[in-house]
Amino acid sequence: MQRYILIRLIQSVFTLIGVSIIVFSLARLSGNPLDVLLPDEADDETFERISELWGLNDPWYIQYFTFVKNASRGEFGPSFKWQGRTAMELVFLHLPATLQLAGFSILVSVVLAVPIGVMSAVKKGTLLDTVGKLIALLGQSLPSFWLAIVMIWIFAVKLGWFPTSGRGGFDHMILPGIALGWFSVASFMRLTRSSMLNVLDSEYIKLARIKGLPEWKVIWKHGLKNAAIPPLTVFGAIVVGQMTGSVTIETVFAWPGIGLLALQAVNARDYQVIQAVTMFISVLFIGMNLLIDILYAYIDPRVRFT
Amino acid sequence: MATEGNVLELPKESSWYSPSKLKHYIGVAIKDYPVLWLTILFVVLIFPALTAPWTAPHDPLKQELSKRLTAPVWSTGSEDKPPSWSNIFGTDKQGRDILSRVMHGSRISLMVSLSALAIGGTLGTTLGLVSGYFGGWVDHLIMRIVDVFLSLPLILMALVIVAVFGPSFWTAIGVISVLLWSRYARQIRAEVLAIKQMDFIARARVSGASNTRIIIKHVFPNITNTLIVLATLQVGTVILLEATLSFLGAGIPRPNPAWGVMVADGRDHIASAWWIAVMPGIAIMLTVLSMNMMGDWLRDKLDPKLRQV
Amino acid sequence: MTTSSEVYKEPEKKIGNVVLEVRDLRTYLYTKWGVTKAVDGLNFEVREGETLGIVGESGCGKSMTALSMLRLAPKPAARTVSGQIILDGEDILQRPEPEMRFIRGQKISMILQDPMTSLNPVYSIGNQMVEALGMYYQGEDNKGLKGRAVDILRKMGVAAPERRIIDYPHQMSGGMKQRVVGAMAISGTPRVLICDEPTTALDVTIQAQYLRLLKQVQADTGVSIIFITHDMGVVAKMCDRVAVMYAGKIVEQGELRSVFNNPSHPYTKALMASVPSMEHAHVEKLYSIEGQPPALFDLPVGCRFANRCEFADAKCLEAYPPMFQDEDGHTADCWRLEGQWKKVAEATT
Ligand SMILES: Nc1ncnc2c1ncn2[C@@H]1O[C@H](COP(=O)(O)OP(=O)(O)OP(=O)(O)O)[C@@H](O)[C@H]1O
Ligand SMILES: [Mg+2]
Repeated sequence: MQRYILIRLIQSVFTLIGVSIIVFSLARLSGNPLDVLLPDEADDETFERISELWGLNDPWYIQYFTFVKNASRGEFGPSFKWQGRTAMELVFLHLPATLQLAGFSILVSVVLAVPIGVMSAVKKGTLLDTVGKLIALLGQSLPSFWLAIVMIWIFAVKLGWFPTSGRGGFDHMILPGIALGWFSVASFMRLTRSSMLNVLDSEYIKLARIKGLPEWKVIWKHGLKNAAIPPLTVFGAIVVGQMTGSVTIETVFAWPGIGLLALQAVNARDYQVIQAVTMFISVLFIGMNLLIDILYAYIDPRVRFT
Repeated sequence: MATEGNVLELPKESSWYSPSKLKHYIGVAIKDYPVLWLTILFVVLIFPALTAPWTAPHDPLKQELSKRLTAPVWSTGSEDKPPSWSNIFGTDKQGRDILSRVMHGSRISLMVSLSALAIGGTLGTTLGLVSGYFGGWVDHLIMRIVDVFLSLPLILMALVIVAVFGPSFWTAIGVISVLLWSRYARQIRAEVLAIKQMDFIARARVSGASNTRIIIKHVFPNITNTLIVLATLQVGTVILLEATLSFLGAGIPRPNPAWGVMVADGRDHIASAWWIAVMPGIAIMLTVLSMNMMGDWLRDKLDPKLRQV
Repeated sequence: MTTSSEVYKEPEKKIGNVVLEVRDLRTYLYTKWGVTKAVDGLNFEVREGETLGIVGESGCGKSMTALSMLRLAPKPAARTVSGQIILDGEDILQRPEPEMRFIRGQKISMILQDPMTSLNPVYSIGNQMVEALGMYYQGEDNKGLKGRAVDILRKMGVAAPERRIIDYPHQMSGGMKQRVVGAMAISGTPRVLICDEPTTALDVTIQAQYLRLLKQVQADTGVSIIFITHDMGVVAKMCDRVAVMYAGKIVEQGELRSVFNNPSHPYTKALMASVPSMEHAHVEKLYSIEGQPPALFDLPVGCRFANRCEFADAKCLEAYPPMFQDEDGHTADCWRLEGQWKKVAEATT
């Protein structure tokens, strides 16, 4: 177990290094990093400060270490667009809104997808299963930004049930939550269904029935815990999908989260903020995957004890 | 009962189990007959993509301000601008014909997705083959790189790349291929690892075949099914990705009639002129839907083991 | 634990009244290719403390028979279309499904073929045993149930059961797992224990130990065993009576001695011929009969063994034979017995 976690930890560190190299080089892709790092209107003083912060007069490998050093302290420099704030401050300022939305939509997708996935495996070939498959298929085919716009049109503009945009009470969360979670419901459901089908075919499910266990226990205790393993492995990807998906959804709903921040930063070429957001989301994702692998070991003793 | 997992249709006359008609038809349409998705695919993607310059009723870029915001032909429209058969799907803010734009949009979608798949798929497959076949540190290295790419917030990276290079057709393809290859590499590697265990590989080795030869002659033919299924399923993903990028202004630049761009154009007019955003969205949905159905169908036909791709 | 160095004494047998009676059991599978008649009109009974062997080639419907007795044949494909399964005088096929919970594990239990996959990998064996025991002894606290689990594991020859109980299946050897599965199967003190090839996946020495354990359990508890196998040697060691199954039907049935000394169906004869002698029998398997059994979804009208039978004639191809019986109660379905044995039942297809 310790060994397994250690290996995963080391792998995560490598991944992190890789991500930092990419983020580092992106700013330097077009030759002079200052062209990218700063908008054209920047004054001389800002020029100086940024050059110094990133050590832009040093050779590139020294620059990289400066980058890593700064990044590990959360130091990404001042924002150009949002005067008077540092990039990292902005990230933390926008984080709660994104976490709220992503959390809500993940909750909704898990609550919807797991029972539907399990039941459509159990009731394979019935109407319920067909409907489930249809939802899964649609879920993977609907562009979420379009769904968001159409939902605003129907439920906010025409019916007036929900506000069209912005952050506020619970009712503000419904439409963006659904638009964001739609895709993950589909992929979660599909995975749960197919892995549950495999599990239901197994000998230990037969044994559980032979013992005389009630059917709900056979499915939800013996089935689900085994069936949860494959969907869990993609959970990290789904969470990060929510994070990046939030760029589109937050734009459409003017939801003041990290995604909106990122898009505004890109449009304003506020590269300090872009770097901060990118690194932040990647770290979050890597950490998330590490966490999931540990959780995975907890669920599956075959991993835990080797 | 681990025997033929093929399960199992009950005879129709059995009384305790009578499938409703609806379910039966939905089931048949989705699974058993490729007709449904083939039709959609042809109507929405292939036909317009191949023939748009000749069959589209209007020039997709031509602005006719007198006709701006005309409603689709089946809606009531307004007093001063009655719907007309000349613009079946209506027109946008600049009076451009939506139908023609959607048709030309198919062309863009198809071109972007095929090019990105070709580039990203080739790169990913090659690396996956190398990684799985040779193992050892090469494998470790490639897999860590794959991890890196899978942990990057893709859309955000795309936005950044486009911010650096400026939006263009080729930037979009480049960005999407970069994002695509890692999934290919991972899937193909897993497949190769399984194939490597098989007897015929050992036999080929014993008989002195070179690695290149084994990979080309023995390993590759065994992953073609996976490749086909993966590619089909990815077309949908790529089209969605391209649309999303275009929607965010980081994909195909204006005034090209990419579907994502069109949805973005219609966003502000959704309350008054819904058709501008809705029509291209339906095109995206139908295309991706039919590609996914085709992928599922192919997967069942070619390789049931791939259920989880 | 019984080790091979100890002198092994056969436990004494006490055979009592009929516990389980199966009448004309038919379980059909509705497949793409047609109706697979996996179990097609079986008749047999088991007495208290008795072991009935069911032998037959792979695919002849043995496992389907076993599952049908628990009403666990794979749904929705399989359906038991007719028959009676009379347990202590009551037909369990007539019971509503929810009541089956009290029959499974507590009246009829089963050991599956593959110990490697029949335990749930994500729960400790203690958890899996206590969960079942909790149903059999309702109202008892966790500690009591654990104590019971330990006792039963010890009875099934698991060393240091109080320590092993926290182990997960993957931490155990195949033989050990099969003991755990056995312990689970007897933990509800069932009247009938179905063993579906419980030792096929084990190596030979472990196999012999396991069979002895089962016999000991039977002597202690008086449980009736239905022992499914395709190994004639194991049948000779374990069983009091044998039923030979071929293509969904029992073609011959009788006391062990009677069937072994006087195999009367050509299929049984062929099976016996493939076992060189009863002493070394366990190493030999059957399978040396030429030809293929008919597909269960496309059965011939006549005798199902006719295409492989050296004695087959026109009559055999025309109609399925009726059941004949000799004076010992030994029965067989074969036209060649007409006139020699008493006809006790018309052909059943
Ligand atoms: N789920 C299923 N779907 C369709 N046919 C099945 C299914 N399970 C079993 N069968 C068929 O039913 C018949 C009986 O199978 P069963 O498992 O009872 O055989 P068996 O005698 O136990 O064989 P073995 O010795 O290999 O275990 C076989 O012909 C098999 O092909
Ligand atoms: Mg069997």
